[in-house]
Amino acid sequence: MPAKQTRQRPPRRTRRRRRIPAALLVPAVAGLAFLILPLAGLLARAPWTELPSRLAEPDILAALRLSLITATAATALSLLFGVPIAWLLARGDFPGRGLLRALVTVPLVLPPVVGGVALLLVFGRNGIIGAWLYERFDITIPFTTTAVILAMTFVSMPFLIVSVEGALRGADARFEEAAATLGAGRWTVFTHVTLPMIAPGVLAGAVLCWARALGEFGATITFAGNFPGRTQTMPLAVYLALQSDLEAAIVLSLILLAVSVAVLASLRDRWTGAVA
Amino acid sequence: MNEPEPAGDRSTATEGLDAHLVVDRGDFRLDLRLHVAPGETVALLGPNGAGKTTALRALAGLQILTDGHIALNGENLDQPGTRGAQRPRWVPPEHRRIGVVFQDYLLFPHLNAIDNVAFGPRRRGTGRAEARALAAGWLDRVGLGEFGKRRPGQLSGGQAQRVALARALATDPALLLLDEPLAALDARTRLDTRVELHRHLAVHAGAAVLVTHDPVDALMLADRLVVVEEGRAVQEGDAEAVTARPRTDYIARLVGLNLYRGTASGTTVRLASGAALTTGEALEGEAFAAFSPSAVALFREEPDGSPRNTWRATVSGVHRHGDHLRVQLDGPLRTAADVTPAAAAHLGLEPGQTVWAAVKATEIRAYPA
Repeated sequence: MPAKQTRQRPPRRTRRRRRIPAALLVPAVAGLAFLILPLAGLLARAPWTELPSRLAEPDILAALRLSLITATAATALSLLFGVPIAWLLARGDFPGRGLLRALVTVPLVLPPVVGGVALLLVFGRNGIIGAWLYERFDITIPFTTTAVILAMTFVSMPFLIVSVEGALRGADARFEEAAATLGAGRWTVFTHVTLPMIAPGVLAGAVLCWARALGEFGATITFAGNFPGRTQTMPLAVYLALQSDLEAAIVLSLILLAVSVAVLASLRDRWTGAVA
Repeated sequence: MNEPEPAGDRSTATEGLDAHLVVDRGDFRLDLRLHVAPGETVALLGPNGAGKTTALRALAGLQILTDGHIALNGENLDQPGTRGAQRPRWVPPEHRRIGVVFQDYLLFPHLNAIDNVAFGPRRRGTGRAEARALAAGWLDRVGLGEFGKRRPGQLSGGQAQRVALARALATDPALLLLDEPLAALDARTRLDTRVELHRHLAVHAGAAVLVTHDPVDALMLADRLVVVEEGRAVQEGDAEAVTARPRTDYIARLVGLNLYRGTASGTTVRLASGAALTTGEALEGEAFAAFSPSAVALFREEPDGSPRNTWRATVSGVHRHGDHLRVQLDGPLRTAADVTPAAAAHLGLEPGQTVWAAVKATEIRAYPA
C-alpha cells in the first residue's frame, strides 16, 4: 500500500522525534485495556455452542421483551414531557428558570437507588399520590410494569432534556420569527419549524435516553422489585442469574452488549450523516 | 412609478402604511414617521446602527413599540396607548398582512424551495395542493421553476434571495419589508438580482419598505428615500432630490454620484427634462445613467474635441468637500462636479457664473432601470 511506503521513507531521526511520549502512551494503553478487556472476557467465556438454546429460554426472552418494551415506553414518556420542558428551559422567560434547570438535572447525579426510594415514597400505597390513586381508583403502582417504566423515565428523562435544550439553544430563533411573519402561530412554529430543525438533537437525546433506560437497575429494583415477566428487566435478570448460573448471566450480558453496540453504531451513522 | 392597483381588494384601496415608530432601547431611541402608499417603495437608507432594522422589526411585529402607532390600510397593528384616550392594541406578526425578506433570507433548511414558498399560504388556510401550485407559480415568476425540489443548502445566494422574495410575496402582503435584500450577494449576482427585484417591486400592489445602507440599492429600487441617522429621518425625497442636495456629510458621501433616470436608445440616454447623455454602454429602454462628480470637467469656454457630453451650466453653489471643492451646477442637468481648489481658483468659480461642463461618455455608466 502506498501509505506504508511513505511511512518507511522518512529517516529515523524524524520518526523518533514523532514518537508519542511514554507518559501519555502508557496510561492510555492501560486505560484502553481496562475498558476493552472485560468485554473481551465476556466474549471469551461465552458458551457459544449452547448459545442458540440458551437464547430460546423463556425467562431470557421474557426479560428481553420486557426490557425493550419498558425502555421504549420510558423514552416515549420522556419525549412527551421532556421536549416541552426543554423548550421552557431554552425559550421561556420566567423567574426561577435556573433553579428549575438545576432540579431537572438532579436525577443525573442522584444514585438510582435513592431515586427508587423517592418514587416509592410518592407512588407507594402510603405515598402522597400513591395513597390517593389506591383509594380513589384502586390502582397500585409499585412492583408493577408501570413502576418499571416510571423508574426508567425518572432516571433517563434528564438525558433527553439536556440534549434537546442544547439543540434548542443552538438553533437560530430568527427562523421562528420568519415563520411568524408568514402567519404561523407559536404552536405551529414549534411543530413546523423548531422541531424539524432540532430533530437530530431530539433523536440523539432519545437514543441516549433509551440506552440509559435499558441499563436501568437501581431505581427499578427498589421501586418495582424483581418479578420475572412483570418487572424483571435484563439488568435485573443478569444480576439474579449471577447468583446461580454464571453462563446464563454471560448470555444475558452478551445480548445487552449487542443491543448497546447496535444503538451506538446507528447513532454514529446519524451523527456523521448530519455532519456531511 | 408604481401605480396603486385599482383592483377590487378593499384593503389596497387607498391608505397603505401610516406609522409613527417610537422604540426606546436603553440610550437609543427610534422616532420615525413613515407613510407609504400602496404600490410605492420607500427605502430607509442609513448607516449601521441608525435604527433601520429596528424600524422594520417593529413594522413586522417582532419588536413592540414604546410609543406611536402602526396602521396598515386603516387597521391598527400596534398602538401602545400611552395617550390616555386610545385603547392599547397589538397585533402579533402572524396576524399582520406583512411579508418579510430577511437579510440572510432565513429559508427553512428542512424544507425544499416549493415548501418554503408554500409555507405562508398554508398557514393562512390554503389547502396543501393549492398552496403548492401557488408556490410553483411564484417560483416560476422569479425564474426558479425548475428548482422547486432543492433545499436552501443547494441554492446559490442569488437563487436563495429570489426564493425568499417569492416566499414573502406568496402571502399577498399589504406591506412588503426587505432588510438589506442584496447585501449578502457578490457584486455580479447583485447587479442581476437588483434588476430582478426592481421588476417585482414594480408590479407589487402593496406598499414596500426597503432597508439598506447601499445608496445604489436605494436609488434603484425605491420611489422615495428616507435617510435615517441615529433613529431619526434626516432627509426624505425622491432619488434626484436626495442626490442633488445632500444635507449631511453622510448622505453626501453615500450618494457620491450623479444619477439620472431616462430612456436609453443605443448609447444615448434621454432624460425626462429633455437633456440627453451619451454613455459608454449601449442599452435600450428605461435606464439609469450615473457618473461621479470627479468625472465632470469644467471650462470657461466651450471645449473643442473629444468629450461627447458638453453643456452650458450655471454655478449654483461651491462647497468644500474633503480635499476638493464640490460645485453644484444648474442647467439642463443638475450636476455635482468636483474640482481641485487650484482649478476653481483658475476658473474663478462663484455662484451665478456660467461655465461649460464636460463628461466623457466612457465615464458614464448606464444600466437598466
